[in-house]
Amino acid sequence: MNVRFYVWQRLTAAIMAPLAFAHLIVIFYATRHGLSAAEILGRTRGSAAWAAFYGLFVAAIAVHVPIGLRTVLIEWTSLRRRHCNMAALAFGLLLAVIGLRAVAAVVLP
Amino acid sequence: MAAPLDVLLWRGGSNGRYQIYEVPRRENQTVLDVVTWVQRHLDATLSYRFACRVGMCGSCAMTVNGRPRWTCRTHVSKVAGGGRLTIGPIENLPVIKDLAVDMTAFFAKWQAANGVFAPSATRAAPIARIAPGKASRRAADAAIECINCAVCYAACDTVRWNPAYLGPAALNRAWTLLNDERDAGNAKRLAVIADDGGCYVCHSHQSCQEHCPVGLNPTASIAGLKRRAMAAYLKGKIGS
Repeated sequence: MNVRFYVWQRLTAAIMAPLAFAHLIVIFYATRHGLSAAEILGRTRGSAAWAAFYGLFVAAIAVHVPIGLRTVLIEWTSLRRRHCNMAALAFGLLLAVIGLRAVAAVVLP
Repeated sequence: MAAPLDVLLWRGGSNGRYQIYEVPRRENQTVLDVVTWVQRHLDATLSYRFACRVGMCGSCAMTVNGRPRWTCRTHVSKVAGGGRLTIGPIENLPVIKDLAVDMTAFFAKWQAANGVFAPSATRAAPIARIAPGKASRRAADAAIECINCAVCYAACDTVRWNPAYLGPAALNRAWTLLNDERDAGNAKRLAVIADDGGCYVCHSHQSCQEHCPVGLNPTASIAGLKRRAMAAYLKGKIGS
């Protein structure tokens, strides 16, 4: 971990904290009001606001998680530093792809 | 007369084993006294390190019943529950023989962290006047009494997991210099401690301050370094 990773990890954590809280409220609202999948998709599809909300969430996660994972790999495995970097980067890209794919599935009209 | 102590001492190198010795129990007996008694009366080949015997030199750190301690100031009566002592070399440094470890990596990291004072004036200059109440001086004073015993280094899980980590003692030293107005080496020092292996490796487990025999708080020093290095990075004074 160096100062660059530290700043990005703290910055993305600060972004994720309110987004995670809002996400929990959304889940709570949807279940309390018995919204069906179709009703939820009716509200999210074509919505730039939901696309921005969950797009930002995914982007923050795709930056935050690999930084922490890199530290775990360095400290808990015997992998070389370069391999830890590559594995963490690959996992971040995977999170970005599957996350943005999920966002696209609920917001694209 | 109290029953003798059962003392398990580490013998050999890293592949050694514990060997049991019987040592007479005395009043006001330190763990270092016990080790010395074994060396003087039972086995002269026992290797260990000490110098001052009064908690100044930082030479006699060992693992006592699972905890790193300064043995010259650790009384047997406080640690020998059940009349048994297990004494080994400190962790996180290679064992040379018996209770003596190779401190090279520990001191090399002090150097790597720029733990050497970099003067900003010559000896001909007048003595710097720094008010005792000044915040930077208070921060330096709070961390300055380190005796280089490596107890914090031995207690640190992060050192164990990441050999590149500079460790609490070297970073604590860097913090004292960072707060020393007379020092001129802080740009270089900040760049090193902000990089891989520096202060951001610390997980704030606080084992260093829990075990520090002189009651310092290296975790707080490292937290200060994190804040100072981040500010320098955001202002573009250091890169990484």
